[in-house]
Amino acid sequence: MKVSVTVNGTAYERDVEPRTLLAYFLREDLGLTGTHVGCDTSSCGCCVVLLNGDTAVKSCSMFAVQADGREITTIEGMKTGGKLHPMQQAFSDQHGLQCGYCTPGMMATAIAFLKQNPAPSEAEIRDALSGNMCRCTGYNNIVKAVQQAAAELSAAPAEPVAAS
Amino acid sequence: MSTTEAPPNGKYAMGKSMKRKEDARFIAGKGRYIDDIVLPGMLYLAIVHSPYPHARILKVNKDAALAIPGVLAVITADDLAGVGLAWIPTFHGYDKQMVLAVGKVLYQYQEVAAVIATSRPAAADGVEAVDVEYEPLTPVVSPFDAKTDKTLVREDRENKTNHIYHWEVGKQAETDAALAASDVSINERVYFQRCHPAPLEPCGSVADMNAATGTLTLYMTSQAPHAHRTVVSLVTGIPEDKIHVISPDIGGGFGNKVPVYAGYVCSAVASIVTGHPVKWIETRTENLTTTGFARDYHMDVQIGATKEGNITALKVSTTADHGAFDAAADPTKYPAGLFGICTGSYDFPIAFTQLDAYFTNKAPGGVAYRCSFRVTEASYAIERGMEMLARRLGQDPADLRLRNFVKKEQFPYASPLGFVYDSGDYHTTFQKALDKIGYRELRKEQAERRARGELMGIGISTFTEVVGAGPSKHFDIMGIKMFDSAEIRIHPTGSGIVRTGTKSQGQGHETTWAQIVAEELGLDPQNLLVEEGDTDTAPYGLGTYASRSTPVAGAALAMAARRVREKARNIAAHVLEAPLGDVEWTDYKFQVKGVPEKSVTMKEIAFAAYTNPGPNEPGLEATYYYDPPNLTFPYGAYIAVVDIDKLTGETKVRRFLAIDDCGTVINPMIVEGQIHGGLTEGFAIAFMQEIAYDENGNNLQPNFTEYLIPTSLETPSWETDSTCNPSPHHPIGAKGVGESPNVGSPAAFVNAVMDALAPLGITNMDMPMTRDKVWRAIQGASK
Repeated sequence: MKVSVTVNGTAYERDVEPRTLLAYFLREDLGLTGTHVGCDTSSCGCCVVLLNGDTAVKSCSMFAVQADGREITTIEGMKTGGKLHPMQQAFSDQHGLQCGYCTPGMMATAIAFLKQNPAPSEAEIRDALSGNMCRCTGYNNIVKAVQQAAAELSAAPAEPVAAS
Repeated sequence: MSTTEAPPNGKYAMGKSMKRKEDARFIAGKGRYIDDIVLPGMLYLAIVHSPYPHARILKVNKDAALAIPGVLAVITADDLAGVGLAWIPTFHGYDKQMVLAVGKVLYQYQEVAAVIATSRPAAADGVEAVDVEYEPLTPVVSPFDAKTDKTLVREDRENKTNHIYHWEVGKQAETDAALAASDVSINERVYFQRCHPAPLEPCGSVADMNAATGTLTLYMTSQAPHAHRTVVSLVTGIPEDKIHVISPDIGGGFGNKVPVYAGYVCSAVASIVTGHPVKWIETRTENLTTTGFARDYHMDVQIGATKEGNITALKVSTTADHGAFDAAADPTKYPAGLFGICTGSYDFPIAFTQLDAYFTNKAPGGVAYRCSFRVTEASYAIERGMEMLARRLGQDPADLRLRNFVKKEQFPYASPLGFVYDSGDYHTTFQKALDKIGYRELRKEQAERRARGELMGIGISTFTEVVGAGPSKHFDIMGIKMFDSAEIRIHPTGSGIVRTGTKSQGQGHETTWAQIVAEELGLDPQNLLVEEGDTDTAPYGLGTYASRSTPVAGAALAMAARRVREKARNIAAHVLEAPLGDVEWTDYKFQVKGVPEKSVTMKEIAFAAYTNPGPNEPGLEATYYYDPPNLTFPYGAYIAVVDIDKLTGETKVRRFLAIDDCGTVINPMIVEGQIHGGLTEGFAIAFMQEIAYDENGNNLQPNFTEYLIPTSLETPSWETDSTCNPSPHHPIGAKGVGESPNVGSPAAFVNAVMDALAPLGITNMDMPMTRDKVWRAIQGASK
């Protein structure tokens, strides 16, 4: 089946098996290996990407063909104008990552969440990230990173994420 | 712990919360994990698993699978036998394990056949189409049933018994006599449940046999790449120089990525046979059901004391469930790992511990899950035991601990089970925890709440770990001594490359190793590249697990750097035109004794080493193999405060304070991160994680919908602090920290829940303390 998607601002047209999951389409057809797969049950959230710039989706629970005509942002597209997204900077500043495997999905979820709730409480952040597992950090520093990014994003004029 | 930038030029690089050098690629999606590796002409391998825990294999019908477009081959144990790889030795070499099932399957999900195909989906389709006929047999599910030998798990073994070994240390008769003579004693069974490390990245490999050169390149999720290279060479007969193991970025290990798994072996065989690179990537279900589990110790804990509360003796007798193969990841001479640390932080006059291990029809393993070999089980036994003893004595558990700690002046302390603890000040560290959390006030609050019928609990764990395996006179794996190594090369412009035999899986070695070297040499840690995981370039070492990286490789780094410094001092003497004896290393530069204006920096010496070395050997590099003189003994004082909802059984962790003493701290930010992570895994084990089997041998937690991993929602907010008693025998005084929080915290959680439930007469409960289990206990108690 044919699928046409815009990923990180670049338009792609590919022929895929209908059963190809979006996660594997991104990783294997487009070579965007920053999106990870950590389970078979859409539990872990390592594969979360942004759909149309503001919706976090688990790319392992969506077929590539379902993304037809949509815009996808992966971790590789979060930088804008050569500058790290405030969420990327915050994860490094706050030591919000260790092995790095959950990080792309965690950041995608957090970015989408801050678009809905720009000034969240700690409890709201913890609730919002509860579809993303991390085995290394214990979440304290991930929460701090999201708080830092929230502060920075609300202080600066809204900056579109890559594709949009 | 505050975050501050490292000063320029590497000055005082140690002890600073330098931001991590590895982050740049991870936050950009540019990490390179095993499944990111794609080679030209690469094939895919997927594995057929048994639905039965114990069954004879009558027939494997490959035809339907081979008819699927893209499926090239289906291999079974018969094919592996042809190349001598049906069986491989287990970790310590005392047993052997099947790669693919030979004749019968011994646990549910055991690997039976491997499908090789041109694409991942075709391999998966092939797996579905392989038709295996089984004759089910009665499974042995409990180690206590295994003891009867009614059903034999391992017919292939010479000894027709499920009993694997008996191990003991200490003085049995004297311990029994002391227990019998004690005013007060406890004798309780505590079970540390089978659980699984479950790193978010599953295991995998890409094997690439180059037929022209005869070189096998193995990309694999390996915490111990050199050890794996040697094992592959010994098992296959391929010369070790023709085996190149590359461990790329690893998405968490926690002990899971130490053993050798069927998929690694099959991908290598498939590549050798087909001449193509072959990739195997585990599914989550395969990870949880077939790769190394942890714990599964049933421990009978006996402690004696005087009526005042002075401890008199400790005895721990354990029944261990090893599953179908004796594949426990322990050093050769330590079948039960370092379980002898079960006397903990307490000054027992006498002790004895023994263990009997059994085969069952469950997955093999016994890996050190975020833990130095079996130290978590031992710490759990003693910290639960001390809690139960306090209750029996009617004493406050904090006071009982303070009364019985090894005293500061007793270090180095020879424990009754054979360890020599290096350093510590248990009283001060624990007092800091008590003060910081407001322990006495919490007890008052608890009394008030109890009077109102509320369930509030305070749980303590004051554990001592033993890590850094290890001294070569005692520690080896398959004969290879457990030293580790470092190599430092300083480039002409004063930057450099640092390599070790360890392999970071998120611990931040690229940052902390650079800090150690920068501190020793006065160079900029930002310009010291750290590289690990490539056996062609890194010096030989036994890898990263059991908190051994900093105690062993970290020491090797400091020693290698000092070798570099000594070479540099010779060149400095030439450059400064001074006798060698007058050149000293002061304030991160060489200077002529008493003539501070005559000085030269390491950066300048680096250039001179290549441009003007004088009579000295040119270049500036060194290698050091460090054989530790002793293990290190990090310790901590943890206090948990919980509130339990009587009506729902829900436990809320209100506070958790961890005071850790890991000796010298290299990077406080990273240490704190390690502690947060370890506490979270301890929390997970205490409340959520278990690999349980039903009475028919079915694995009940084969994926993340059943094997519960805590998310940000369940995980408490952690409070941390530290004390610092450096290790006297480590070159920089560091002890290692990555596992302490996972070792120490489970008992604190359980003790807190038991403390909360004490008014109901509930004194013992096995982990995980799920809401359901707590609710049932409350219901049972109120009847």
